[in-house]
Amino acid sequence: MADSLTGAGAGAGGWRTRGAKRRSARTLRIRTSSAIVILVVLAVLVVPPLAQLDQQAVDITAKLNPPSWSHLFGTDDVGRDVLLRCVYGLRVSLLVGVVAALVATVIGTAVGALAGALGGRLDRLVMRLVDTFSSVPHLLLGIFIVAMFRPGVWPVIISVGLTHWVSTARIVRAEVLSLRGRPFIDAAISGGASRRRVAVRHLIPGVLPQAALAAVLMVPHAIWHESALSFLGLGLPAHTASLGAMVSGGRGALLAGDWWPVAFPGLFIVVPTLAVAGLAAAWRERLNPRRQSELML
Amino acid sequence: MTAARPLPYTAMARMAGRRLLHAAPVLLAVTFGVFAIAAASPFDPVKAYAGTAGMTASKEALADLRANLGADQPFAARWWDWLTTALSGDLGDSTSMRQPVAAVIGERIGWTMLLCAVAFAAAVVVGTLLGVLAARRRGGLLDRTVTSLAYSLEAAPPFWLGLLAVWLFALQLGVLPAGGLTDTGTDTATFGQVGSHLLLPASVLAVSQLPWFVLYVRQGVGDALDEDPVRGAKARGLAPRTVLFGHALRSGLLPVLTLIGTRVPELITGALLIETVFSWPGIAAATVEAATGVDFPLLAALTVLATAAVLLGNLISDLLYGLADPRVGFDG
Repeated sequence: MADSLTGAGAGAGGWRTRGAKRRSARTLRIRTSSAIVILVVLAVLVVPPLAQLDQQAVDITAKLNPPSWSHLFGTDDVGRDVLLRCVYGLRVSLLVGVVAALVATVIGTAVGALAGALGGRLDRLVMRLVDTFSSVPHLLLGIFIVAMFRPGVWPVIISVGLTHWVSTARIVRAEVLSLRGRPFIDAAISGGASRRRVAVRHLIPGVLPQAALAAVLMVPHAIWHESALSFLGLGLPAHTASLGAMVSGGRGALLAGDWWPVAFPGLFIVVPTLAVAGLAAAWRERLNPRRQSELML
Repeated sequence: MTAARPLPYTAMARMAGRRLLHAAPVLLAVTFGVFAIAAASPFDPVKAYAGTAGMTASKEALADLRANLGADQPFAARWWDWLTTALSGDLGDSTSMRQPVAAVIGERIGWTMLLCAVAFAAAVVVGTLLGVLAARRRGGLLDRTVTSLAYSLEAAPPFWLGLLAVWLFALQLGVLPAGGLTDTGTDTATFGQVGSHLLLPASVLAVSQLPWFVLYVRQGVGDALDEDPVRGAKARGLAPRTVLFGHALRSGLLPVLTLIGTRVPELITGALLIETVFSWPGIAAATVEAATGVDFPLLAALTVLATAAVLLGNLISDLLYGLADPRVGFDG
């Protein structure tokens, strides 16, 4: 703070080096994040079909072995390899997360775009609906939906999709409203463009980057939500490896003092989430360079 | 602001009244939605009521029960029945706890409020402190540490943090109990017992709420420090302490602190997970049990209760915001 009030020359110099430092920190962040995301995607896609290993293989003689070279993340209470199960769990969580995020984004974009483009009474009605949905805590509504439709993968996906579309709808509606007031839309309309053409040529391409960004950010949210449900025993069926269910399953071992069956599945949630958030922040900076970057979760 | 000024009670009361009128249709819509979801699901209230006895009961007995429970009616009719009896104070019976829903809520809500209040207060105090410290030198070492810690904590699931805290504090260090409300074997909840059992869950809940406070306070105070009045005050040679407390905090911190009422949904989400991890006998843990046992009456009541809490939080937030910034007023 103080150096901004000192001489102009020194101030400019300080600004330049600080800017360069910040840029290199940002590059490092983007590279690390990309590396993690690529690693995660590769592991999830390549390990299960290639490795001739059975993640459910039980070996009672090797139960609760601490991390070692043969089992990098140790083994769980029935002797299954924690690292292998983490990869499988991440595969399931990522699949559920991506599908749920797509569901939420499609609902949100459709609702937000319709409300923003048509306006009037429909817009007011939709916004009331959005307000109502955001008044119910997400996880509680998710728990309710899953409890009623259990068990299975689809109830979880629907529960996440139905609770997370609201923010996307708000973003898309605001974007459509701001686009509608721009001169090039007026120009298109006075040039004789049909409603359809305005929507397809101008509104949808304008909204797409924001919607896509919201969709990417939704994936960690969805994974978080799915693992919370699975942790509570309300998510995916117990036999499917899921990160939340693994944390829950490791509880007994943890209370006996063995930390690894709980610690590693949790790290598998935290690290990819941070990587996605880092990339999303960089992307948002490109969309809107004037706004200083903040990571967004 | 320094001179004692009477609060605009009438404007505030009018706003509260308007919000109450808005809240009624929202709550109605939520109850209707809850019944609609249940009607669309494979959930059968008769089987849930009869439990294992339903497997062996005759068709006639089940049909009688169905008529008795009113489950043969369309869901809109059942919704209306539930609503009218609920308004007279009868929320039905919980099928998983075998108790009236009102009794379950009455027994447990106090413990949840205690947990949430302690955690929230801790999060506000610590979050404000860290946020202001980080904002004072943006880009400094402290700022970078606090910010990256906040983002990491935000990404970490609270149930995972809770279990790691149990491992560290209850098992490795042995300083705090791992869960429950009192030690096993004692029935009476004394102050010391509850206090020591509260410390760990409340701390983890506070930590899970902390990132938001830190980041928002940092943003608010940091932006305020860049504003013209602050620059002017610095240029006049006022002490940094005076500038921070007299100028930056007032315009940067107050609006953020009024936002805390909008954090009720996140607090409820956190409580759902933390109470389950620590076997805390609160209402959130009961929600999870009710969901596992497909206890519709209890789930419906709790969903409405949570929605009411969220709306109340929003109202408090808006009232405080109107007080903190008179330009905003109480028109919302």
